[in-house]
Amino acid sequence: MAETDEPQDATPNVSDVEVVDAHSEAEAVAAIDAPVERGEPILQVRNLVKHFPLTQGILFKRQIGAVKAVDGVSFDLYQGETLGIVGESGCGKSTVAKLLMNLERATAGEIFYKGQDITRLSGRALKAVRRNIQMVFQDPYTSLNPRMTVGDIIGEPFDIHPEVAPKGDRRRKVQELLDVVGLNPEYINRYPHQFSGGQRQRIGIARGLALNPEIIICDEPVSALDVSVQAQVINLMERLQDEFNLSYIFIAHDLSIVRHISDRVGVMYLGRIAEIGSDEQIYDHPTHPYTQALLSAVPVPDPEAREHRERIILTGDVPSPANPPSGCRFRTRCWKAQDKCAEEVPLLAIPESFKGSDTPAAHESACHFAEEKDVVHVA
Amino acid sequence: MTIIEEAFVPSPREDNGGPLLEVRDLHVEFRTREGVVRAVNGVNYSVKAGETLAVLGESGSGKSVTAQAIMGILDMPPATIPQGEILFRGQDMLKMSGEERRKIRGQRIAMIFQDALSSLNPVLSVGYQLGEMFRVHQGMSKKDAKAKAIELMDRVKIPAAAARVNDYPHQFSGGMRQRIMIAMALALEPDLIIADEPTTALDVTVQAQVMDLLAELQREYNMGLILITHDLGVVADVADKIAVMYAGRIVERAPVHELYKRPAHPYTRGLLDSIPRLDQKGQELYAIKGLPPNLLRIPSGCAFNPRCPKAEDVCRTEVPDLLGVTEQDGSELVGRASACHFRKETIHG
Repeated sequence: MAETDEPQDATPNVSDVEVVDAHSEAEAVAAIDAPVERGEPILQVRNLVKHFPLTQGILFKRQIGAVKAVDGVSFDLYQGETLGIVGESGCGKSTVAKLLMNLERATAGEIFYKGQDITRLSGRALKAVRRNIQMVFQDPYTSLNPRMTVGDIIGEPFDIHPEVAPKGDRRRKVQELLDVVGLNPEYINRYPHQFSGGQRQRIGIARGLALNPEIIICDEPVSALDVSVQAQVINLMERLQDEFNLSYIFIAHDLSIVRHISDRVGVMYLGRIAEIGSDEQIYDHPTHPYTQALLSAVPVPDPEAREHRERIILTGDVPSPANPPSGCRFRTRCWKAQDKCAEEVPLLAIPESFKGSDTPAAHESACHFAEEKDVVHVA
Repeated sequence: MTIIEEAFVPSPREDNGGPLLEVRDLHVEFRTREGVVRAVNGVNYSVKAGETLAVLGESGSGKSVTAQAIMGILDMPPATIPQGEILFRGQDMLKMSGEERRKIRGQRIAMIFQDALSSLNPVLSVGYQLGEMFRVHQGMSKKDAKAKAIELMDRVKIPAAAARVNDYPHQFSGGMRQRIMIAMALALEPDLIIADEPTTALDVTVQAQVMDLLAELQREYNMGLILITHDLGVVADVADKIAVMYAGRIVERAPVHELYKRPAHPYTRGLLDSIPRLDQKGQELYAIKGLPPNLLRIPSGCAFNPRCPKAEDVCRTEVPDLLGVTEQDGSELVGRASACHFRKETIHG
C-alpha cells in the first residue's frame, strides 16, 4: 500500500519545500549539518501516512484491513519555535512522533529535514539526521534503564556518535549536562530509582540534549509528573530552548500546558490535522467544531467560570481508526454535520469565508462549516 | 463539632442533617524495612448527604490511603491505624467487626477506582460482574440479576445496554469502562461514593461526559461524594468544598469558590500559580521549589517549610494546627481553615 486513495490536503498555506539535490552521501550530510536561520522551516512534513496492517490467520497471514493511525498530515516546524500537537488518545500524535524520529517507516509521504527527505535516507546521512532530532519520552520510570547509572544513560548517545564527545571528555560532558538540567553533577554514579519523577524527567532531557540536537520531540513530557513539579520541568524546557536554540515538537493532551509552551498548535483527530494555527488563533479564535468541543471540555481551575462557560459535551467515543467515517472524520460526533460532511473530505485550508481577511480566525481549519466561536473566555 | 450519639439507622435515605461520614484524627502508618512511613498524620474531614468533598493532593499526600482506610481495604499489615475514628452515621467503623463492615462496604459506601481496566475482571462479562452485586448482597436469581445489570447500564447511559451486557471489559472503550465502574458503585444505591481519580485516565471530552454523569447521579440519589484528585480543574467544576492534603495532613480546607479566590496556605497558592491558563498566554510559570517530602523523614515543624517561600524559624520547629481563618475585621470565614502559622498574612496579602 504505497499510496492512499484518500484525497490529500491541498495545504496551500505551507511553504514550498526546497529540496536539496544531494547526489552523494557526503552532500546529504553537508546539507544536514548546515545551519538554518531562525524562523526558517527546519522540518517540513508532507502528506504523511502510516497504516498498520491488520492480519488474520496464523500460518497464512492475510491482510484484512489497516489501522489508519496517521492519514495525511502536513505541517512545518520553524527553527526556534515550539509546535504543539494536541488530540485525544488514538488520534495518531505519538505515531507522528515515531515517524519523525524514523522509528517507524512511513507508509507514504515525506519528511524533509533541511530539504532532505529523511524517510529515504540511510547510512551516514540518516545517522546525522538522528543526531539532530532527539526525543524526550512520557514515562520517566520506564524510559530509563534501571541497571545503568545516570552517567551511562546520559553518555550512551556518545557511544553511537563519538564525534560529539571524545572518549576522555565524556565524564565532564555528562556532568555539564547534569548541571544544565538542574541536577547535582555529583549524582553521576547514581541509579534511576534514587531519583524522583521530576528528577528522572530531567535525566531524560539531559540525554536528549547530549548530542546538541536542533529538534527535540517531546511526547507527553510532563503528564506523569505532579503539578508542583510539572511547572519546574516546563520552565526548564523553555530555558533550554533559548539557551541552545532548539525547536520543539511538543505532544500533549493537556491543552493549558500546550498553550503555555507553544508558538503554534495543531489539533489532531483520527489521524488528521483538524486545525492548525498560532496559539492565539487556536485558543481564542477556534473555527473547527472539534477544537471548540475540546477546549470547552477542559476543566478550568476557576469555579466562577463553571456557571458561565458554555460547555460542548460530545456524544459517543472516537471511532475506530481501522474504519474511520467517510468524508469528515469528526462528523459522527459533530453537531453541525450535514450530508456534505459524509460525502466530501474537508481539506485543511483557510476557510472560504475568512479568505483574504486578516482576522485571527483566518487560519487553516478542515471543516466545511468553519465558524469562529470563543469557548475559552467567560462572556 | 458535636459527636452524634445515635443508633445505627438502617434506612439509607434518612437524612438527619448530620454528616454522613466523619473522619477524626486519622493516622495511618506503614511498617517497612526502612522504617515507619507515616502516610496519614491526623486527618479530619466530613461529608453530608448530597455534598461533594474534593480531596486534593499530589502523589504521596495520603489522599488515597485515607480513602482506603475508610473503605477498609488497606492491607493490614503492613498498614496500621494507630489512632483515629471513622464515623459512618455516627458509628465508628474501626471498632466494627469484619462482618459489620462488610455490610457497609458496597451497600452503603462504594468506591470508584482510577483504572477501570485493571479493576474489572477480564474473564467475566460485565453483565455477570454487575449482576454479582445483586446475587451476593441481595440473593437474586441469575436471571433477575442480569435484568438489573441491563437496567444499571442504561442508567449510566451505555448505548444498547441489552446487547452489550454479555460483552467483556476489553470490548468497551475507556469511558464506557469507567461508566461500568460507576454503575457497579451505584448498584446497591449507596449513601456515599468515594471516587479515586475517576477521570485521570480519560481524554478530556470523555472526562467531561463521565464527570457530568457522576454529578447527575449524585443529585438524583442525594449521595455524598468524596472526589480524590490531583486536578485543580476537575475540582473547580464539581466540588462544594475542598480539603488540600500535603504529607499526610490537611493543610487547607475551604468552600470551592473561596479557595480559588483567596488561598490561605502557601502550598495551595503555589499550586494555583503553577498551572498555566487556558484563556491567556502567561509569563514564566511559578514553580514551587524542591520536591515533595519523603514520608520516612517528614520535615519537622510544618512539612511544607523547606519549599515555602515565607518560611520562618517557627515553621521549622512548630507544627501548625488546622485552624479557622478570620476576615480582616475579625469575623470568622465559614468553612475555612488553614494549617499555616501565617494564615492571616497568606490570605490577605
